[in-house]
Amino acid sequence: MEKLLLLGAEAIAQGAIDAGLSGIYAYPGTPSTEITEYVQKSSLAKSRKIHSRWSVNEKTAMESALGMSYAGKRAMVCMKHVGLNVAADPFINSAITGVNGGLVITVADDPSMHSSQNEQDSRYLGKFAMIPILEPSNQQEAYDMAREGFVISEKYKTPVLIRITTRLSHSRYGVQRKDLLEENILTLPEDPKQFVLLPAIARMRYKILLNNQKNFSLDSEVSPFNKYIDAKDKSLGIVACGIAYNYLTENFPNHICNYPVVKVGQYPLPKKLINNLNSECGELLILEDGYPFVEEMLKGFFDSGKTIRGRLDGTLPRDGELNPSLVARALGFQNKEGLPIPEIVVNRPPELCGGCSHRDVYYALNEAMKTFGEKKVFSDIGCYTLGALPPFNSINSCVDMGASITMAKGAADAGLVPAVAVIGDSTFTHSGITGLLDAVNENSPVTIIISDNSAVAMTGGQESSATGKIKELCLGVGVGPEHVRVLLPLPKNHDEMVRIMKEELAYNGVSVIIAQRECIQTFPKKKKIVKE
Amino acid sequence: MKQDIILAGVGGQGILSIAAIIGLAALEKDLFIKQAEVHGMSQRGGSVQSHLRISSSKIASDLIPFGEADMILSVEPMESLRYPPYLSADGWIITNTTPFVNIPDYPDLDKLLAQIKSYKNVVVINADEIAKKNGSPKSSNVVLLGAASRYLEIPFENLENGIRTLFDRKGEDVVNKNLTALKAGMESILLEK
Repeated sequence: MEKLLLLGAEAIAQGAIDAGLSGIYAYPGTPSTEITEYVQKSSLAKSRKIHSRWSVNEKTAMESALGMSYAGKRAMVCMKHVGLNVAADPFINSAITGVNGGLVITVADDPSMHSSQNEQDSRYLGKFAMIPILEPSNQQEAYDMAREGFVISEKYKTPVLIRITTRLSHSRYGVQRKDLLEENILTLPEDPKQFVLLPAIARMRYKILLNNQKNFSLDSEVSPFNKYIDAKDKSLGIVACGIAYNYLTENFPNHICNYPVVKVGQYPLPKKLINNLNSECGELLILEDGYPFVEEMLKGFFDSGKTIRGRLDGTLPRDGELNPSLVARALGFQNKEGLPIPEIVVNRPPELCGGCSHRDVYYALNEAMKTFGEKKVFSDIGCYTLGALPPFNSINSCVDMGASITMAKGAADAGLVPAVAVIGDSTFTHSGITGLLDAVNENSPVTIIISDNSAVAMTGGQESSATGKIKELCLGVGVGPEHVRVLLPLPKNHDEMVRIMKEELAYNGVSVIIAQRECIQTFPKKKKIVKE
Repeated sequence: MKQDIILAGVGGQGILSIAAIIGLAALEKDLFIKQAEVHGMSQRGGSVQSHLRISSSKIASDLIPFGEADMILSVEPMESLRYPPYLSADGWIITNTTPFVNIPDYPDLDKLLAQIKSYKNVVVINADEIAKKNGSPKSSNVVLLGAASRYLEIPFENLENGIRTLFDRKGEDVVNKNLTALKAGMESILLEK
């Protein structure tokens, strides 16, 4: 089969397609977006009619994937780490229902928070759900694990989690493809009650999950992704998880480590392999990107006296992603050092594009808010979060998808008037609508600005579920028609925008201002497609 | 053979196209290549970098260790100075001199260039000007790659083929403009020598 140069994210997508995938479900989120985009662009996926349209949010994506699995076909659902919080309810419960067709959940974590609000480690949620977790160390394993994930899933009728991090997701390497498998045919579950989690049934289903734990552990012991790599110097034994294995071997000639290593790519942890390492070696060093997940488990509650080094004892930093230089230091090697960054260099933070509609919204809002006071603007997740930085300094919060509206409502309940929310169109349909209904039901004095650029812009301009529907959605939820105002955010309309914002800020109830102008990045692309 | 390159610039300046051309050329030569890049938030006008590793044997880490890069290839002068911690003792800084000013406190250009020239192995070219002169003002990134080609362990014709493959979809005119830019960049170094 052919060899391809693929991002880690793309390798997972190709692996899933080749494994007989029938549908991929996702909401865009860095660093996971490229998995779904690859399937959307794949001619093979097109010819097989593999479902790949974006979902409204991670929860709807997870549930749709579970539905496809119910119907017997193979489904993958992809998200960034914080997306798994949104999808946590169906994710955890899918472990109880089990699956019919193979179901693989791919979650991309973002240690060092390159494009995220935290660096949570999805392995904890995989363990919480009590399902097998796969963690590739390189792009080939990413491909192989996408395939193997469906095998494990259908073998034990369980969902499987693939956990990657930013570095692997966004790094390219050669990947060898394997043979293309057929899709499953539509087959309904044998047991008509398998997916009915009424307490009496759920208790039985939970027992099945508990009984499966020993199978998952046995599988880990013999998994090709878990290896004991022996070496002569037993003063130290190393557990290297996922991509950390590459940072380890980078530090040795021909990539052969001096110390015994257990390379971990499948969880639950392979107990026998780790026990061997523990009894053979003097000290242990745990290398893992993300939280000290394995390190905490091995240390346990009672200190056994064994020295276990890692992120908890300061051998490695407690936060941020690993790199080969940090691992070199942990091994006690003399690090090479380049030259310092000269003082003349200044920071260049990301910024809103020139001509972006969010700019016009913030210039108008800043002026309108002058009469209403400071620190009253809640915002959300998207390009417009950059409104927190100079020259705008317009917003005072960014917590999770949709929180702008609900936080503004809560602050209004506390007596903050006016409480303002700034949210994007796609974030509004992701998780803003429900909060708007809360506000409408109590006629809270909140002013909600939906800065509608008709795209999921920050992640690369994906199709927004909200496009062309925002006004009708707001009216449908019950916002008074006279308080749904639509603006065209352009510099020439500045005065009119300020006037309308002031009017709605002064109104003692729910108002929605929709500032609508397409993203400056996606607009020319669409125009070109129409021309062609 | 092993070459580690830090590609530097500002989001939208085309460093990923440089990476893709080198990547395609390396594949054609049956070399191993690993390339880590930045997506998401910082692509909006912020500093961006890509770690590009080429080798005749397998590559382990997706990231280049500190002090081991053979080259910093930067499409913007200040951005070239953000990565000396990665540069090896004999490494090269190859940079465009045209600044991309989108911040209020952008440093004095003469001082920046003086700082750049203080390093051991440096090539500076005005890639924007060369691109304009050759009728392809949008190809300053490829001009810079042309300049760097003298120091890359990949034959020039493979880079040309990389351009043909990468821009094939965009039509013959775009391919030719980029080929011209690549050649102009390479020749600008010949002229200096």
